[in-house]
Amino acid sequence: MFAAFLILVGLAAFFGLVLGYASVRFKVEGDPLVENVDNLLPQTQCGQCGYAGCRPYAEAIAAGEAPINKCPPGGESTMLALADLLDVEPLEMDEEAEQQSDLPEVAVIIEKDCIGCTLCLQACPVDAIAGAAKQMHTVIESECTGCELCLPPCPVDCIIMKPVEVTTSNWKWREPKSIEKSYPVIPIQLEVEP
Amino acid sequence: MTEYLLIIVATVWVNNIVLTQFLGLCPFMGVSRKLETAIGMGLATTFVLTLSSITSYLVNEFLLEPFDLEFLRTISFILVIAAIVGFTELVVHKTSPLLHNVLGIFLPLITTNCAVLGVALLNVQQSNNFIESALYGFGSALGFTLVLVTFAAMRERLAAADVPEAFQGNAIAMITAGLMALAFMGFTGLIKV
Repeated sequence: MFAAFLILVGLAAFFGLVLGYASVRFKVEGDPLVENVDNLLPQTQCGQCGYAGCRPYAEAIAAGEAPINKCPPGGESTMLALADLLDVEPLEMDEEAEQQSDLPEVAVIIEKDCIGCTLCLQACPVDAIAGAAKQMHTVIESECTGCELCLPPCPVDCIIMKPVEVTTSNWKWREPKSIEKSYPVIPIQLEVEP
Repeated sequence: MTEYLLIIVATVWVNNIVLTQFLGLCPFMGVSRKLETAIGMGLATTFVLTLSSITSYLVNEFLLEPFDLEFLRTISFILVIAAIVGFTELVVHKTSPLLHNVLGIFLPLITTNCAVLGVALLNVQQSNNFIESALYGFGSALGFTLVLVTFAAMRERLAAADVPEAFQGNAIAMITAGLMALAFMGFTGLIKV
């Protein structure tokens, strides 16, 4: 028991000393800017920026080769901190870096502003808006496809687009990107036994 | 001498660390996107794996076994590996900035590569002596590099290939890895003992 304790502590202390000595002995003067940028990055080493880790990305930023908006885990706050440090204009978050970019949206009518003009009713291609002249309208959320066609006709701009909240009941896999190239469809003729 | 040659052949082809023993799969999938990074990772792993299997052999033989402390094996091997990787990174950074650039982030990432710990533990399990341990580590690393580099070369071609939508990216890589593992099963009968 005591030997185990001694040996483990001894090993750790030995390696700690070696590493401590090595870090002093083999110290490399780095670019202070890279250090500062690296300190701001979240150090998740996720590689979503397209570099092998946070430090390579920091080096690329410091060298002016990479934009500052490529870090999804850091999000907008990291981007703003980087812009502040480097004294450059803040950029929009990269579209790929945006974590919730293409959430489905539905139209919502701000009911206290609605004047009951029925213009949006006529614009809606799926009849998802219920209402009558001089009556308040409302959007039937389950029918709305989020096409935004009702936005331009509204004279009082009382329709807004609201992202559908993702819950466990309506979450689904993202559909694969549509296939650009068309594959030839070979009709299969089924031979039916008489 | 034949014995040592057999160790190398066995670790590179027959008992390949990745495709037969299924160790080190994370870098196998993770850094095989580009050939250059795969080569860098292979070099770094070769270096660390050889060094760590020697050191862990020494630790096991002269510290743990004499005091009946085999139960501390895993934790002390992890300690050894982490220290070696850290030390190597510092030295390489100072002495060869070029090599450090090539290896980059991969060097510290090897700390968490299960192949390194796996080889150290396998050495103990097979009660290899000093030279055998070193060769076993070196051979495993060679096998790792071989598989990683060939896999990366294939993935580079797959990136340009006309892969069906549903299989693109990691899916086809997984299938390729599976086929490679099947192919490596063919080496099983290579050596008759």
